[in-house]
Amino acid sequence: MNLHEYQGKALFAEFNLPVSKGKVVFDADEIIDACNEIGGSKWVVKAQVHAGGRGKAGGVELIDNPQDGVEFAKKWLGKNLITYQTDKKGQPVNSILVEECMTIAKELYLSAVIDRETQKIVFIGSSEGGVNIEDVAKKYPEKIIYEAVVYGDKALSENAENIAKVLKLNKDQTNQFIPMIENLLRLFVEKDLSLLEINPLVITENGDLHCLDAKINIDSNALYRQPDLAEMYDQSQEDPQEAEAAKNDLSYVSLDGNIGCMVNGAGLAMGTMDTIKFYGGNPANFLDVGGTATQQRVAKAFKIILDDPDVKVVLVNIFGGIVRCDLIAEGIISAIKEVDVKIPVVVRLEGNNAEKGSQILSKASIKIDSINNLADAAKKAVEFAK
Amino acid sequence: MSILVNKDTKLIVQGFTGSQGTLHSEQSIEYGTNIVGGVTPGKGGIKHLGKPVFNSVRDAVKELNPNASIIFVPAKFCKDSIIEAADAGIKLIICITEGIPTIDMLDVKRHIDDLGIRLIGPNCPGIITPGEAKLGIMPGDIHIPGSIGIISRSGTLTYEAVKQTTDLGFGQSSCVGIGGDPIPGSSFIDMLKLFEDDDKTEAIVMVGEIGGSAEEAAAEYIKNNITKPVISYIAGQTAPAGKRMGHAGAIIAGGKGTAKNKIEKLKKCGVHIADNLVSIGSKVAEVIG
Repeated sequence: MNLHEYQGKALFAEFNLPVSKGKVVFDADEIIDACNEIGGSKWVVKAQVHAGGRGKAGGVELIDNPQDGVEFAKKWLGKNLITYQTDKKGQPVNSILVEECMTIAKELYLSAVIDRETQKIVFIGSSEGGVNIEDVAKKYPEKIIYEAVVYGDKALSENAENIAKVLKLNKDQTNQFIPMIENLLRLFVEKDLSLLEINPLVITENGDLHCLDAKINIDSNALYRQPDLAEMYDQSQEDPQEAEAAKNDLSYVSLDGNIGCMVNGAGLAMGTMDTIKFYGGNPANFLDVGGTATQQRVAKAFKIILDDPDVKVVLVNIFGGIVRCDLIAEGIISAIKEVDVKIPVVVRLEGNNAEKGSQILSKASIKIDSINNLADAAKKAVEFAK
Repeated sequence: MSILVNKDTKLIVQGFTGSQGTLHSEQSIEYGTNIVGGVTPGKGGIKHLGKPVFNSVRDAVKELNPNASIIFVPAKFCKDSIIEAADAGIKLIICITEGIPTIDMLDVKRHIDDLGIRLIGPNCPGIITPGEAKLGIMPGDIHIPGSIGIISRSGTLTYEAVKQTTDLGFGQSSCVGIGGDPIPGSSFIDMLKLFEDDDKTEAIVMVGEIGGSAEEAAAEYIKNNITKPVISYIAGQTAPAGKRMGHAGAIIAGGKGTAKNKIEKLKKCGVHIADNLVSIGSKVAEVIG
């Protein structure tokens, strides 16, 4: 689950990390009050969306007159911001973060992720900030450091010093940086983050370190113990079908093709998409209906798949492990009737009681193409989609 | 021979009396697995499925001397359950549960590595040695004893590979689901080592998917250490970047973890690639047939 920048910065503040004085507004009328409350004579207004690249897309502006902020808010609130990280529709802007303006001497990069290779939390630092870190990694790999750390380990200040060297921090800044790393790591562990990125981390004109941006991603598996963070979920930033699926405990990802897929198991769901592609078709989605594939879940899954107007055929691929295929077949028939599916449905059942399952499907009062061989089932679906 | 489990495996079940624990324990017992008892805190002293129940793993170990434990407890209790089993001296732990917070797995992994304990999963179907023991949730009847070792990050894809190798008459020596999480207890490499040393295994099927670099690391290991033929299928060739495809670990992040990259690396290291899900079995036949 992603957080907005203003939510991330609130967490940063809670963990004693240096962030700008700021206020989030949801209405253009609140901008002037926000500027007055923050004080000073220059402000930054930033459109809040779950995507990077906002600056280049016009979603961040420097203002020295609160009225310009009002104009900015009017321009963006309720509109979609399209950046290189969004799809072509962009992400809706529902809030604006107003912040005091900092004078920047240098831009750096700092992030932390869970590294799958070392099975540790790894900090990534670079002296090149404010740009795409993947580009830096390609062009100047020597300017990036990857430092694996362990929470509660004595070596942490040493880890921080190693990073500070690559960031070319002076002694004073390094002294600020060591507790910063400690706090970031504590934040990461206590709040179950899966990603934390500060791009840029800046050195101000006074020589101090300051977090100018905050990108935070939370481990969805841990939301049960992070109720405060779970409340920060912003459904407007998600694909509507994906959000609806998530509500129903189904794993769904929308794609560009026209063959709807309903599969049990994430691996098999990916494999099914690939098989469709292999035979010349294009999958419309990834959908893992789960191990049980009951009528209720199958009906929900059909509804979500059919919400996509491009879908011309649905391929159901179930490997009955624990659940018997005859039960699944009955569930599929009832679900098709319940949802009133009007496009062709191709079903491949394999595993436990598969034959009995296909017999039930072929005898159904509605037309279902029951094909036990996955290759043939995929080919049939591709044919329907043409 | 086989790897990790066989007819001598003495298994206990953590979360024995819960609905998942009960359902799958029944099926495992029916398959012939030697389940000697189970653990459910607060229910010690009763019998369940005809086996004794204990309040703690330590109590169960004292009475039953098991050499493996399978875990069905809810995700939020898994960290404690795995560590409990490890501290009680169980050397093989299989965790089926999906949805364990990654931060918990970092702690678990460090703990079990220090103790030299083998953890399979989490978020996996378990292990089966056909005809001997089933420690997991896989449908037993698609397996037959045979010569192919199977390792996979996905449950249902393992079943596909099993079904195809069964249909062609090869059968399986053992099948291990290492799980779809970003921090798995065991890696492809850990299982490749075991299959290489197993006399009964003639060829290894490795089913991978997008996300991370475990397949790339395995490819390098295979090139240098594995003499048996390895056949691989990688799922997610059509998966978009930046989206989690069901499994917590199945995500292409920062351009890394693509199926294309994995397949290229595996090919370069001499692994035989099944380019289509339906051709895993026929690829095995082509390689060793």
